[in-house]
Amino acid sequence: MSFLGAVIDGVLLGGYYAMIACGLSFMFGIMKIINLAHGSLAIVAAFMLWTIAERLGYNPFLALIVVLPAMGCLGWLLQRAVLERSARSGELVPILSTFGLAIVVENSLFEYFGADTRSLAPYVGSLSYDSFDIGAGLYVGELAVLTFAVAILLLGGLQLFLTYTPLGCAIRATAEDPDTVELVGVNSRFVNAVAAAIALVTVGLAGLFLGLRSSFDPYVGSMQLIFAFEAAVIGGTGSLWGTLGGGIVLGIAQTFAAHLHPQGFLLAGHGVFLLVLVGRLYFSGHYLRALLKLKLG
Amino acid sequence: MSLLSISALDIRHGLLRAVREVTFQVGQGETVALIGANGAGKTTLLRAIAGAHRASRGQIHLDGLDVTSMPAYQRVTMGIALVPEGRRLFAAMTVEENLQLARASGRQGDWTVDRVMDTFPMLKARRKARCGTLSGGEQQATAIGRALMTNPRVLLLDEVSLGLSPLAVDLVYKSVESLIASGATILLVEQDLKRSLKVANRVMCMLEGRIVIEGDAKTLTREQITDAYFGHHHKRSQAEKAS
Amino acid sequence: MDAHSDLSIQRWTSLSLGVAIVVAVLFVLLAVGPAFLPRTILDKLTVLFIYVCLAAMWNALAGYGGMISAGQQAFFGLGGYLAIRLSEWGIWPYPALIAAAALAGLSALPISAIVLRLRAGEFAIGMWIIAECVRLLVNLDPVIQGDTGRSLIALSTFDAAERRIFTYWMALASMGIMLGIIFLLLRSRLGSSIQAIRDNEEAAASVGVRVLVAKRIIFMIAAVGCALAGALWLATFTSFQPRSFFGIQWSAYMIFMVLVGGIGRFEGPILGAIIFFLIETWFGTSGVWYLIMLGLTALLFSIFLPKGIWGYFEDRFHVSLLPVGYRVQTFVSGPDRRLGEPFN
Repeated sequence: MSFLGAVIDGVLLGGYYAMIACGLSFMFGIMKIINLAHGSLAIVAAFMLWTIAERLGYNPFLALIVVLPAMGCLGWLLQRAVLERSARSGELVPILSTFGLAIVVENSLFEYFGADTRSLAPYVGSLSYDSFDIGAGLYVGELAVLTFAVAILLLGGLQLFLTYTPLGCAIRATAEDPDTVELVGVNSRFVNAVAAAIALVTVGLAGLFLGLRSSFDPYVGSMQLIFAFEAAVIGGTGSLWGTLGGGIVLGIAQTFAAHLHPQGFLLAGHGVFLLVLVGRLYFSGHYLRALLKLKLG
Repeated sequence: MSLLSISALDIRHGLLRAVREVTFQVGQGETVALIGANGAGKTTLLRAIAGAHRASRGQIHLDGLDVTSMPAYQRVTMGIALVPEGRRLFAAMTVEENLQLARASGRQGDWTVDRVMDTFPMLKARRKARCGTLSGGEQQATAIGRALMTNPRVLLLDEVSLGLSPLAVDLVYKSVESLIASGATILLVEQDLKRSLKVANRVMCMLEGRIVIEGDAKTLTREQITDAYFGHHHKRSQAEKAS
Repeated sequence: MDAHSDLSIQRWTSLSLGVAIVVAVLFVLLAVGPAFLPRTILDKLTVLFIYVCLAAMWNALAGYGGMISAGQQAFFGLGGYLAIRLSEWGIWPYPALIAAAALAGLSALPISAIVLRLRAGEFAIGMWIIAECVRLLVNLDPVIQGDTGRSLIALSTFDAAERRIFTYWMALASMGIMLGIIFLLLRSRLGSSIQAIRDNEEAAASVGVRVLVAKRIIFMIAAVGCALAGALWLATFTSFQPRSFFGIQWSAYMIFMVLVGGIGRFEGPILGAIIFFLIETWFGTSGVWYLIMLGLTALLFSIFLPKGIWGYFEDRFHVSLLPVGYRVQTFVSGPDRRLGEPFN
């Protein structure tokens, strides 16, 4: 495969990573919590979509009408029942809670669905293997392009929401100063629950595209969490668009390395992440904290 | 009936009793100044009235309604607004966004962004500027404006002159005076004794969590106030008891 | 200060002195265990000692250092892998275990350079990624044969009974030494620094605590302890598979043990390890339900009982069995009245 072909594939892969990462960044930027169950919740969404497609015969895209609101409710519940309470005991406790949750979710999925890998690809016709001919002997997957386009729309939509709507404004203010925001009449608990709901809706969307582009089983959530985190950290500097940048870098590194060695895919991804981390640490000194904090623009 | 009524309020910071058995009322249209040395409990008291701090004992009534266990955002909806010490603006957001945010309280009233601009003319040019880039005086004006946007019934001002140049303080107080003239009910904490006595109807002095003297701003003597401020009247009454 | 009162700082109370003696006696009894205990008990105790070691290490990191790691399996697996590697190069198996742990501890130095500046959740996932990287790198070594794994063949030069006893003693000694190191560390100046960092890193730095140095020391000790546990696990079960040794379930076990036992207390992880061991003995074969229950318990504890059983017990009854803190005693005139809470 040509160099250009690999780059394009990598960039498009970055679109998926941006999608899975934006929920993680969003939740961290607003509630300062890293949700270790993030990946496994994406798999929950994928399984929900699969169940609807398999048992009821609906196209997964259509099934989103049910699954996305369900994920939103799950996010609300997650914030109110778990994150809000555990955060009271300190900033470290929610890490433990979400880790425990991840274990429960993954193994419950295994219990119910078994170890077989599933895929959403069979239910969308030929979308997952059709490609566009873009000339010069290059082909790009239709699904990959769609994923990238949806990712752009998602990030753009979120950015617009945060900038121009009153609720978005309230979310940004709560992220910046949750105590003072109460003094101007904003219910910070409500706002955080909405933010969590939004984050999980994006996770649901990411779950769809994960299921379409590859097969999944109950335990791939951890890998998705790691990719999301790596993309978010590589992109780092602030706006949601940084997450897209990070995703693209990750995607390109992985795609190239995959051509060199079978283990290359994973190693290169982790390698780039570690390089960026070390680079930031030693060349930016005390700016590190700000850069890694994934604040929202 | 008084608009704001505090009875036997006790507030703790961990094991420390920051406010002890404080009782007072603020009537509609009154301006009450709360003075006292650092650490006397003034900011804690104000924050507790606004709901940012939980009282361990006592009650807070707004126009007869018991708001003691209401969370802060609900008290804003009821009509209590606090301009916190140090302004606490949302630095990454613009002046206009900070002001618009306060509409979240949902209270109906006369205050709009334009009216705030008129009350604080210095903000007109800075409407779209990020609050982190404002000067001290502009920030204070924005902070007061933000509280006003909630259309409050009682306005709590915590150390609005802190960290400002004398000129900026003059400007801020000019606006405060126009607010008073329009009938606002204000409870303010102010280090600058002269200014607080000038704008207030009544003065209360706090020492170590208690109100040690309370009276009309015009009739209390300098001596009475400074004695109360430094706790001399404690010592004097202790000496009187001993003799 | 009142003229009648007198302040003295004490490290030991009569209760803790008594407990220390009991612990010493227990240790001696365990050491001579092979003389009178049946072999199934010895096997079980070996596993228990490994669990205690893991729990104590994770607690040192999280409970005292404030560093929550979802990647200690990196060192656990590294200990197992290095033991195999060294054994392949001809080193005797038991010394190889110790060397493996030492080498793993050394590897923690460059790793710490990368991860220690990360805070909270970032550190947790960062360590998870490190574990994944180590696993991938280990997989590249042909001696491991990918996911099939490898056995510590050299152990077969010992007969089964000898192997059991040596492994048992080594596990007991390792547990004792690691616990001892933690105990002494906590009572030292470094221990106060570490706890200050956990409570408020910026404040600690402002009073001159060398934050990074303190964290690094704890990190490396935890690495050695986890690697030792991994090497011992290999010695107990003989075979090494990367996926199993580097699996996230080890972090799940450690989190469970420390959260349930009591985070930030010395006795907590020991209690947690015992509880975990018992649960595994009774339910371990229930497959996935067992893991669900572990995760659910950790989740519920983090929400409702974040200080764990020991933490709750200690707070409620103001008892501290082993003296890692300071007690301020004031003697007011009259009958001996002791006030004061442990200062940790």
